[in-house]
Amino acid sequence: MRIAVLADIHANLEALRTCLAHAEREGATQYVFLGDLVGYGADPVACLGLLADHADRGALLVRGNHDDAALGGLCETMNFVAREATYWTRAQLGSGERAFLAALPYTARRGDLLFVHADVNAPAKWEYIASSLQAGRCMDAGQARLTFAGHVHHPSLYFAAGSGVHHFQPVAGAPISLSGRRRWLAIGGSVGQPRDGNNAAAYALYDEEQRMLKYFRLPYDHLSAARKILAAGLPERLALRLQKGE
Amino acid sequence: MESAAHLRPGTQIAAYRVAEKLREGGMALLYQVAASDGGEAGLLKVPKLEFGSHPACYAGFEVEQMILARVAGPHVPRLLASGESDCGPYLVMEEIAGTSLAEFAAAAPLPAAEVARLGAALASALHDLHRQEVVHHDLKPSHVILRADGRAVLIDFGLAFHGHLPDLAEAESEKPLGTPAYISPEQIAGVRGDPRSDVFSLGVVLYLLATGRLPFGAPTGMGGLRRRLYFDPLPPRRVVADLPEWLQEIILHCLEVRADDRYATAAQLAHDLRHPDQVTLTQRGRRRQRAGPLVVAKRWLAALSAEPPPRKAPTAHLALAPQVLVAIDTGRGSEPLFQALRDATRRIVGGERDWRVSCVSVLEPSALTEQEDGAEIMRGLHMQRLMELHHWAQPLGLARERLRFHVLEGRDVPARLIDYARASHADHIIIGARGSSGRRRLLGSVSSRVASEAPCTVTVVRVSHSTDASTESADP
Repeated sequence: MRIAVLADIHANLEALRTCLAHAEREGATQYVFLGDLVGYGADPVACLGLLADHADRGALLVRGNHDDAALGGLCETMNFVAREATYWTRAQLGSGERAFLAALPYTARRGDLLFVHADVNAPAKWEYIASSLQAGRCMDAGQARLTFAGHVHHPSLYFAAGSGVHHFQPVAGAPISLSGRRRWLAIGGSVGQPRDGNNAAAYALYDEEQRMLKYFRLPYDHLSAARKILAAGLPERLALRLQKGE
Repeated sequence: MESAAHLRPGTQIAAYRVAEKLREGGMALLYQVAASDGGEAGLLKVPKLEFGSHPACYAGFEVEQMILARVAGPHVPRLLASGESDCGPYLVMEEIAGTSLAEFAAAAPLPAAEVARLGAALASALHDLHRQEVVHHDLKPSHVILRADGRAVLIDFGLAFHGHLPDLAEAESEKPLGTPAYISPEQIAGVRGDPRSDVFSLGVVLYLLATGRLPFGAPTGMGGLRRRLYFDPLPPRRVVADLPEWLQEIILHCLEVRADDRYATAAQLAHDLRHPDQVTLTQRGRRRQRAGPLVVAKRWLAALSAEPPPRKAPTAHLALAPQVLVAIDTGRGSEPLFQALRDATRRIVGGERDWRVSCVSVLEPSALTEQEDGAEIMRGLHMQRLMELHHWAQPLGLARERLRFHVLEGRDVPARLIDYARASHADHIIIGARGSSGRRRLLGSVSSRVASEAPCTVTVVRVSHSTDASTESADP
């Protein structure tokens, strides 16, 4: 089975649709959404509608910090822009959307695969996996052969070896076979708000039988997504960010 | 459950039946296997995973499995199957019929022509691998098989590097990866993924084949390994007195300490080994001594302060050294077309560092050359063409060592050009279009056939119609 793993959608409908259409063409039959479904982008309701349809058809979803924040509470750890976006998002959501977000778990498992938004070690603390050391701790905590995470918005692949955990910078479109005898941690990048200097939407596709992982980068209509952000009165910086991908 | 170390004949692994154990290496075991369904037989490789075996055993196996799945062509064994069985992980690959280069090496010193033939086959195989984003990193005679048709096949990819895959081999070891006698200076410093590291190891193989000796011995410690960062080998002509200068030039060019001073690609090396008459001789070819203490001290200082170069994919290295073929029909072309071909050549090699341009023309036999003294006439025409090619290239003002000139012979002009492009690993062909001449209507267009059948990018150069019209009418 081919599993499409989509992280950090951030209410970007244009990017989400582009990735979903691509995954379908690539033969994906299982979908996993790695949290931060909303926040920053101008289409939280439309995106959640689309994701709820997928959930009904068996997709797995986990909760991200922005999904958490959209449900209420103080956002004192967030920066000003994120906080503005969170207050705006809260105002858009109806009870149905809120119930959908409230039901999201922190982690999900499927066989020897483990899915989390930030870090398995303490899923509700929303730590960033920014080093091989943290990646190693995350893999140890999960005890899964292959862990998928989001949150950092940079495509990465970590793997355990004799001399510790190592980092690999994946090349878009190049298949990587993941042997069953070591642990892997894959970060597919962000669908709705790429931050690695490339404004194309990012997601990963994993073929379970072949144990083959592919990272993709897809250009999408980021101008429309940015226009909607400005029209909604969200901070201008969020629109600019989509254009530059940083 | 049976341990991989004791697979008995008859054991079934996936769709294969074990026939006999071939070899037990330090890292893996090799068995001959037959396909249960009567399909292609092959070689089964299983890593040593029993208690006490080094973790690198599995990494090496994993790397080989990953890389064999991603490469193709006549210079690598095909991967027939791989996966997990009751006896652990396995892979089955094509069994290559041929002779190990180690057997040739055992008979060294070999005559220069034989060294060049084997070296060219090996360099071609390497370039084909490098083009597929892979650096072998453990090139030595026992990892090369020569097929009966003369082509070389590279085996054992346990230490190899693929530009698009995680470097599992490196992750398993803190020590330099490679075989001490053959490893390049930059590999000793931990640099991975530079195709010129394989060019260095190929230089060691050439030295061995030509002299019967290893240029750096087979050091065991790190101190012994590091010597090749400062000291160069004894010039091979000091070992074998009648070794031609061109061969010493080629060997020492491969063995330069700095990767930038070596052949930029294995394709350039293959070309020189196939055309010794075109090798540009420098002091390297004539050298009688190793470099003096001043040079050694300089290298020692340079090695102290050396920063590791930024990591690049193998094909990004190759992109700096394109092999460009310009097909020039000096017999029939027009001056505006020649000029347009030169302009296109300048544009294409413009930004790159280590390009080479081969200027090629095809001489077609005619009624005149097929008569009794035809061979004599053909030789004259051949020389005439060669001079015309030099004349064409002169206005380019390019360095002599970057240019190669070849006059090919044959009736089927596009086929000859395409064969040449393939043999010389051309990355780009530049060819002129002659417009709609009567000859073209009769025989079809050479450039369009080259464009559709060539193994690489083709640029078809055309001059604007108004200037070409006058020459078109002169075309027979």
